[in-house]
Amino acid sequence: MNIAAIREQFPILHQEINGHPLVYLDSAASSQKPRSVIDAINRYYEMDHSNVHRGVHTLGSRATDAYEGAREKVASFLNAALPEEIIFTRGTTTALNLVASSYARNVCKPGDEIVITQMEHHSNLIPWQQVAKATGATLKYIPLQPDGSFTLADAELSITSNTKVVAMTYVSNVLGIVNPVKEVAAIAHRNGAVMVVDGAQSTPHMRVDVRDLDCDFYAFSGHKMCGPTGIGALYGKKALLSKMEPIEFGGEMIDYVDLYESTWKDIPYRFEGGTPIIANAVGLGAAIDFLQEVGMDEIDKHQRLLAAYAYDRLSELEGVTIYGPKADRAGLVTFNLGDVHPHDVATVLDTEGIAVRAGHHCCQPLMRFLNVSSTARASFYLYNTEQEVDQLIAGLLKTKEFFGHAIG
Amino acid sequence: MQLDDLYRRVIMDHYKNPRNHGTLEADAVTIKLNNPTCGDSIALQLQVENGLVTDAKFSGEGCSISLSSASMMTEVVKGKTFDQALELADKFSSLMKGEPVEFEGYEDIEALSGVNKFPARIKCATLSWNALRKGIEQQQD
Ligand SMILES: Cc1ncc(COP(=O)(O)O)c(C=O)c1O
Repeated sequence: MNIAAIREQFPILHQEINGHPLVYLDSAASSQKPRSVIDAINRYYEMDHSNVHRGVHTLGSRATDAYEGAREKVASFLNAALPEEIIFTRGTTTALNLVASSYARNVCKPGDEIVITQMEHHSNLIPWQQVAKATGATLKYIPLQPDGSFTLADAELSITSNTKVVAMTYVSNVLGIVNPVKEVAAIAHRNGAVMVVDGAQSTPHMRVDVRDLDCDFYAFSGHKMCGPTGIGALYGKKALLSKMEPIEFGGEMIDYVDLYESTWKDIPYRFEGGTPIIANAVGLGAAIDFLQEVGMDEIDKHQRLLAAYAYDRLSELEGVTIYGPKADRAGLVTFNLGDVHPHDVATVLDTEGIAVRAGHHCCQPLMRFLNVSSTARASFYLYNTEQEVDQLIAGLLKTKEFFGHAIG
Repeated sequence: MQLDDLYRRVIMDHYKNPRNHGTLEADAVTIKLNNPTCGDSIALQLQVENGLVTDAKFSGEGCSISLSSASMMTEVVKGKTFDQALELADKFSSLMKGEPVEFEGYEDIEALSGVNKFPARIKCATLSWNALRKGIEQQQD
């Protein structure tokens, strides 16, 4: 992978922040965009825009082709069987809420179980809390090991014949853990439950094959994988989606409307009420082209190498606590620097042009498990370099020094 | 952006040696607030008597900015009437907007003026003041 050539394609990276070249280590929150994605969106608005699935004029069909073309790209990117198994949403959060509201609320009843983990992002936790509250189903957590991972034996024990839904993240946005979702899906299916995968952190970095995983639903966001904000998708198996009722009603999703009764279009349209996020879907398609050109396996390897390097360099710093296991981690490292509050760490790094995330990372229950109120996180993507990790370490040394005599 | 603007010596001193850290008697007014974006939290306790704040203490978790701000706030608010306390909270908001304001007789707070150059950190500085405002408004209802 030619990092210099890749970096060249990201206009935002070539600027100074607070007098220093930008070191962007916050891609797990949102990645930057290559020129090709920015251009695709511009070109769409300059040449092709109109509403979709409505007009019979030329622009109407260009826009429709662009939008549906993007759906086909997503389907093949995830190796879905059919394009109609892809529903465009605003992102992971809306996609997971769609499964919770349209599937789980109608399936769960008192005595049923929904099984998740304590490492879930709020987006894959609160919707299930709400389903449990609304239906009387029980929310159950697979117990975590001290390093934050879980064992398949514990998954076997937690998932029972009462389980209707198992939901879990593929990659933890705090611990960097890659969960064995394929194995868990098999356990879920043996017990008659559906498997929901939060793919927000996996889709940007690794080859994803929803048929190989045999998950029933898979959610992801475009903005974390070089695409625009406001677009993401839900993959669902056709047999399941076809039985689900829409949760938003109005234009575009209807088939026939009478005064007191109406019918819906087929999937995926019945879940896409209103004018869809056309330009951003086009941008997502361009992001997929870009990522595939680089190669998902290459990206996966690169981000893992950077994370492993960062893990080792951080371990050498006295007073640093790193969260999550050392082995097999995806491209991020979450840590704390002695007594220095992560906010203060992030602010000092910012003055050096280094962007990292500080806070609870939308994982408050996981923070509680780790016994901290917040942490700092450096997350890597295909445009990051080892040299940037070195800059991070230098910034942290400076932070230590600064707070060392300020508060030590 | 200069770190020294943000982390003035007074601030670090309050962070390292927070004043009024702890808890008051059980009958004190207690306000718990958190900063949902970062997980910082504060429990502010006010002892009130006839429209007067006679004592204040705080506990909780936070960064240097939020804890030093709480330390300063609890110092300055003691002995103030509810109206005076609210006025101080307004003044603090102005300070966060970068307006030149003076806290006569208690200049430590002015050291936090640098926070306005770090917009991401304003929420840290205002957490304890929001708790104060909430506590007093509850008493006035
Ligand atoms: C694991 C995980 N799930 C869900 C989300 C939510 O994604 P979005 O905000 O794009 O809906 C995120 C993003 O932070 C995430 O990291």
